[in-house]
Amino acid sequence: MEASTDITPNVVNERQTGNNRPRRAVVAALLSVLFMGLGQFYNRQYVKGGLMFLLELYVLVVWSRPFMKAMWGLYTLGETVQQRVRGRVVEQGDHSIFLMIQGIIFVLLLVMFVWTYVLNVRDAFKTGQWIAEGNKPPGIGETISNIKDKGYPILLLLPAIIFTLFVTVLPLIFGILIAFTNYSSPHYLPPRNLVDWVGFKTFTDLFRLRTWSNTFYGVFTWTVIWAVASTVTTYFIGLFYAVMINHRGVRFKKFWRALYILPWAVPQFVSILIFRNIFNGQFGPINRFLVSLGFERIPFLTDATVAKITLIGVNLWFGLPFWLILMTGVLTGIDKEMYEAAEVDGATPWQQFWKLTLPLVLFSTAPLLILSFANNFNNFNMIYLFTDGGPANGNYNYAGSTDILISWIYKLTLDHGQYNMASVVSILIFVLIATISIWNFRRTRAFKEEDMIQ
Amino acid sequence: MSVKRKQKVVVGLIYAILILTALVILYPIAFVIIGSMNPGQTLMSFSFNPDRLTLHHYERLFMEKDYLLWYKNTLKIAFFTMILSTVLIVMTAYSLSRFRFAGRRQALMAMLVLQMFPSFMGLIALYILLLQINLLDSHWGLILIYAGGSIPFGAWLCKGYFDGIPRSLEEAAKIDGASHSIIFFRVMLPLSMPIVVFIAVSNFIGPWMDFILARLVLRSSEKKTLAIGLYEMVTGQQNTEFTMFAAGAVLVAVPITILFIMLQKYMVEGLRAGANKG
Repeated sequence: MEASTDITPNVVNERQTGNNRPRRAVVAALLSVLFMGLGQFYNRQYVKGGLMFLLELYVLVVWSRPFMKAMWGLYTLGETVQQRVRGRVVEQGDHSIFLMIQGIIFVLLLVMFVWTYVLNVRDAFKTGQWIAEGNKPPGIGETISNIKDKGYPILLLLPAIIFTLFVTVLPLIFGILIAFTNYSSPHYLPPRNLVDWVGFKTFTDLFRLRTWSNTFYGVFTWTVIWAVASTVTTYFIGLFYAVMINHRGVRFKKFWRALYILPWAVPQFVSILIFRNIFNGQFGPINRFLVSLGFERIPFLTDATVAKITLIGVNLWFGLPFWLILMTGVLTGIDKEMYEAAEVDGATPWQQFWKLTLPLVLFSTAPLLILSFANNFNNFNMIYLFTDGGPANGNYNYAGSTDILISWIYKLTLDHGQYNMASVVSILIFVLIATISIWNFRRTRAFKEEDMIQ
Repeated sequence: MSVKRKQKVVVGLIYAILILTALVILYPIAFVIIGSMNPGQTLMSFSFNPDRLTLHHYERLFMEKDYLLWYKNTLKIAFFTMILSTVLIVMTAYSLSRFRFAGRRQALMAMLVLQMFPSFMGLIALYILLLQINLLDSHWGLILIYAGGSIPFGAWLCKGYFDGIPRSLEEAAKIDGASHSIIFFRVMLPLSMPIVVFIAVSNFIGPWMDFILARLVLRSSEKKTLAIGLYEMVTGQQNTEFTMFAAGAVLVAVPITILFIMLQKYMVEGLRAGANKG
C-alpha cells in the first residue's frame, strides 16, 4: 500500500512543465486528508481508493479504543496498585512496564499509519495533477506492476525494518524512557508496585548523591584509562611486530604472521576464561611457578591496581592479531622508494621509522584507532569474564574496582534491579561514543564520497 | 661494528623476540589442551608435565554433563542465526547500495546511530517483549534477537562492499532484460562472496561466544548453550571442574578455529573492505 503511492510522482515530474497548479489535484489531496482513499475515488482509481478506504475504516473501528488505552497507560504508567492480603494477590493491579512497552508499540504503529496517510495524500495530489494534464488515471494492474518495479528496494528493506524496529529501536526507546522513571529495586518494582515518571531526577541523583557520584566518577575514570591504554598498547605492539616481521632479514614471514593470528581464531570467551585460570591467584600456574622459585604470589585478580595492569597486559594477546594484519597491509602499501631515498640521505633505520613509517601509518589508521577506542570503551567481555569487575570495592555502589561503565550497567540491571540508573549511565555512554564516532566518521572520506556515484 | 654485523645482531634480536612472543601466544593454548588431559580434576592439581595423560574428562563431559545437548543447541542457534541474518543483511545492503529512494539517507544514518547504543540497554525491554509473545526460554527468541541485532552493523559493512562493485555489469544485464532478482543472484552475489562469507561466518560464530543474551533468554537447563555451560564450570570459587572445562573449551575451540583458518582469507579481506569504508 505504501509503495503504491510512491509510483506516479516520478513519472509526473518528468512530464510536468511547471505551469498552473491544477485545482483538481488540490481537491483530490484535500479529499484524501478527509478520509483515506476519497481522493483516489475522485481520481477514478476505484480499486486503490476502496482498499485505502477499508484500511482506514479497519484501523478506526478496531484500533482506536486499544490505542486510547495504550496512550493512557504510557501517560500514567498505571493507576491501580496490586492488592495483597496476607501475601496473596487479590487484585492484579496495573503493570507499569507492560503498559509502557505497549504504549511504545502503539506509538510506533501510529507513526507507520501516519506515514501511510501522508503517502496517500501525496498520491492523490500527484495523480490529480496527472489527470489534469489530460492523462488517463493508472488502473490497478498498472499500479501493481509499478509497485513491483519501484517498490522493489522498499520490499527488500521491509523485513529488516520490521526486525530493527522491534529488536533494536523499540527496546532502545524503552531503555531511554526508563531513565526518566523511578523503575528500580526495591520500592518500585512491578508487578507489586507502580512506576512513575520522575523527569530528570535520576540524572541529578547520579551527580548529586555522594555514593552514586563517587562510583560514577571512579568507574568513568578507569573506563577512560582502560580504553586509552588498551587501544594504544595494542596499536603500538601491532605496529612493532609488523615492522619486525617486515624486516628484510627475517625469513618465514608468512609463518610468523599465521602464528600470531591464532589468538583471533580461538573463540574469545574461551580464551578469556582460560586466562582467568592462568592468572588465578591461588592455584594458577604462574603463581605456583613463582612460589616454586621462592617468590611471593602476585595478587593478579585480588589487588585493584595489579588487576588493572593484568587486564591491560592480557588484552595485548587479544588485540595483537587485528593490528598486526592491518599494519602489515599498510606497510606493504608504503612506497619502497621513499625508504631508498631516505637511506641515500643517510637516515638511520631508527630515523626512518619515526620520520617515515610512523606518520604514514598513523595517517591511514587514525579512523580505525578511534573506532577501536570506542570498542574498548565498551569491551564488556574482557572485563566481565576475566575479573568480573573484582576485586570488590567498598566505596562503590554495585561496582568492583575493575568494572568499566558497561559492566557496571550490566550489574545494575541484571543483579541489582537499578534499571533507571543503568539507563541514565547508558545514555551518557551513548552521548560520548556517538560524539566521538560521528566526529570520526565525518572526517573519513567514506562519508563525504557517499552517494557520489549517483 | 660494521654495518653487516650490526644487521646480523638486529635480525638475531628480532628472532629472539619473535620466538619468545610465539611462546606467549601458544602458552594458553597449550595450557588448556594439556589441562584437559590432566588426570586430576582441579586447577590446583594441574601440571604441565603430568604422570599420564587421559581422555577421561572428555568422556565425563558427555556422561555427567549435558555437553552434547549444549552443543546441539548452540549449533542450531548458530546455524539459523547465520541463515536469517545473512539473508536480512544482504537484502538490506543491496537495497541501500543500488537503489535511490526517499528515506535512504535517513536509513543509513539510523543504522550508524543504532550501533552506538550500549548493546544491552534494551535488555529489559527484549525480555518483556519475548515474554509477551511467548518466546522466552526458546531458541527461536534468541535467534530472532541475534538476527535483528546484527542488521545495522552487518548491513553497513556489506553496503560498503557493494558500493565498490562497478555498476557497468548490472547495467549490461539490465539492458539484456534481466530482472532485479536475477541481476542480484547472477551478477552481484558471485562478485561479493568475500563479504557474504565474512558476514555468514561472523554471525555463525557470534552465538558461540555470547552468553549475556543467552543467559537472559534461556532459562531451563536443557536449553543452555555452550557458552553458559562452560562459564558456569569455572566461575565457582573452587575451580573443581577445571579439567572438564578445559576439555569442553577444546571441543568448542577446535571447530571454530579450523573454520576460521579455512576462511581466513575471506575474513581478512572482509575486515579490510569494511574498514576502508569505515
